[in-house]
Amino acid sequence: MSSPLPKSPASAALTLRNVTKRFEGAAGRVTALEDISLDVREGEFLVVVGPSGCGKSTLLGLLAGLEHSDEGTIQLGDEPVLSPGRDRLVMFQQDALFPWLNALENVLFGLRLKPGLTDAERLESARYYLNLVGLGNKEKARPHELSGGMRQRVALARSLAPNPRVLLMDEPFSALDALTREQLYGDIQEIFTKRKKTIVLVTHNIREAVCLGDRVVLFSPNPGRVQQVFDVDLPRPRRMNDPALANLAAEVTTALSAHLAADKQ
Amino acid sequence: MKLPRFVIPTFIALAVLGGWEWFVRAGHVNDVLVPAPSHILQWFWWALFDRASFESGHYLVALQKGELLPATWVTMRRLIIGFAIGAAIGIPLGALCARVRWVRDTIGVLALGLQTLPSVCWVPLALLWFGIREEAVLFVVVMGTLWAVVIAVQESVLNVPPLYLRAAQTMGSNGWHLWSRVIFPAALPGVLSGMKQGWAFAWRSLMAAEIFVVIVTGFGLGSLLNAGRELLRMDQVMGVMAVVMLVGLLADLVFFAPLERWLRRSRGLER
Repeated sequence: MSSPLPKSPASAALTLRNVTKRFEGAAGRVTALEDISLDVREGEFLVVVGPSGCGKSTLLGLLAGLEHSDEGTIQLGDEPVLSPGRDRLVMFQQDALFPWLNALENVLFGLRLKPGLTDAERLESARYYLNLVGLGNKEKARPHELSGGMRQRVALARSLAPNPRVLLMDEPFSALDALTREQLYGDIQEIFTKRKKTIVLVTHNIREAVCLGDRVVLFSPNPGRVQQVFDVDLPRPRRMNDPALANLAAEVTTALSAHLAADKQ
Repeated sequence: MKLPRFVIPTFIALAVLGGWEWFVRAGHVNDVLVPAPSHILQWFWWALFDRASFESGHYLVALQKGELLPATWVTMRRLIIGFAIGAAIGIPLGALCARVRWVRDTIGVLALGLQTLPSVCWVPLALLWFGIREEAVLFVVVMGTLWAVVIAVQESVLNVPPLYLRAAQTMGSNGWHLWSRVIFPAALPGVLSGMKQGWAFAWRSLMAAEIFVVIVTGFGLGSLLNAGRELLRMDQVMGVMAVVMLVGLLADLVFFAPLERWLRRSRGLER
């Protein structure tokens, strides 16, 4: 089921060409990402998966515009990505909700920065997305009064509310317990199918990657590189205990082990 | 049966005071040097209410001028104005130190140094610059407050979790919006504890200034305390010390403690 990279599809939302990123660390210069070329299609759920240290979070930082590449270009549509922007909202590993605001105000935070809306429209939109993630009755709750899963749901609503072109997710499920995680997988797939959003998720969890992605891009570390791309054409909504999904996950795991073993030699 | 929380502390306090009273009355120490609690209480009564004995000259030697309440008022006014000026300058300056590296490397380092300098050291300069005037006292109080606030604000702004900033920036927040809606609210607990520290420093510097310099423009608690020393009225010295502590406790009780409690509760930091 693996396929080569498409050269340059017309309908790409995000285009990466020969992106390289290095860091100056205590142990000298580290290449986090090397020569990454990748396209994220419009309306696609793309998952970048790899072990820790493969630069996948760095990749997301670059896509968000929070960091800058040393070489290569990143484009959103026809525009180069140079700085953070409302068109690419991020869900972080920790929820990053502001503790001094309640759930509704947190969702409103991004909406208030979006021009061209009346306050009534912003409020309506915030309530719509809180409802969408199943927290319509928690408007007034402060983040500390919510469970970890609820907080990530608020964070999801906050990222979706300003209607970004691309939603970037940086391991947003990794700090949650397994049950909550599975619920959120369901929610995300439902929202993805309903809203036709372009999503880029990075994770180290291969099962999760296969469960959520239309395509799974396997990264290998030292330096971070694209090793292989897998198409996942299982019907949605997918469930984690689906045997077909488990088979595909095993295939990805085998590929990863092979690449890691090859790197060691 | 569970006793109310205040019972044991009250009992201990009464026992200590009673022991002290007995110790002095039994003649184990010179009661001029260590007055009994009852004498201090007497002084309080007189300093607060008893104008008659003031006029009869009974206490005339102990209190040259004014009474306890006006003196407390003079001191409080200096303290509040000096503290407000110190905080008003210190908060933006601390934010600037956090934001701009060369400001941090200059003013931030200077603030660290000046914070360790007891602000009473400013008294000679203040007197030369401003003369024996209210401004001289205020200057010393501001110098006591300012640097503690600058350092606290700088530290708490630098300690704002980068995640908040990243999240806010991706949502399009920057510049003044980022400062007012994210950085400052996130730094608020640290800023508040810095203000509390600044308040304590303001108190210290004001007392030192009032004890060292008799300012003709107002007779404060420190001057009162010093008058007690000069006239060997230790009941007055200790009485004023008690007032200073009480005012400090009161400020914490009515201002800082409720603010901190509100902050902790609204952010879920309260146990």
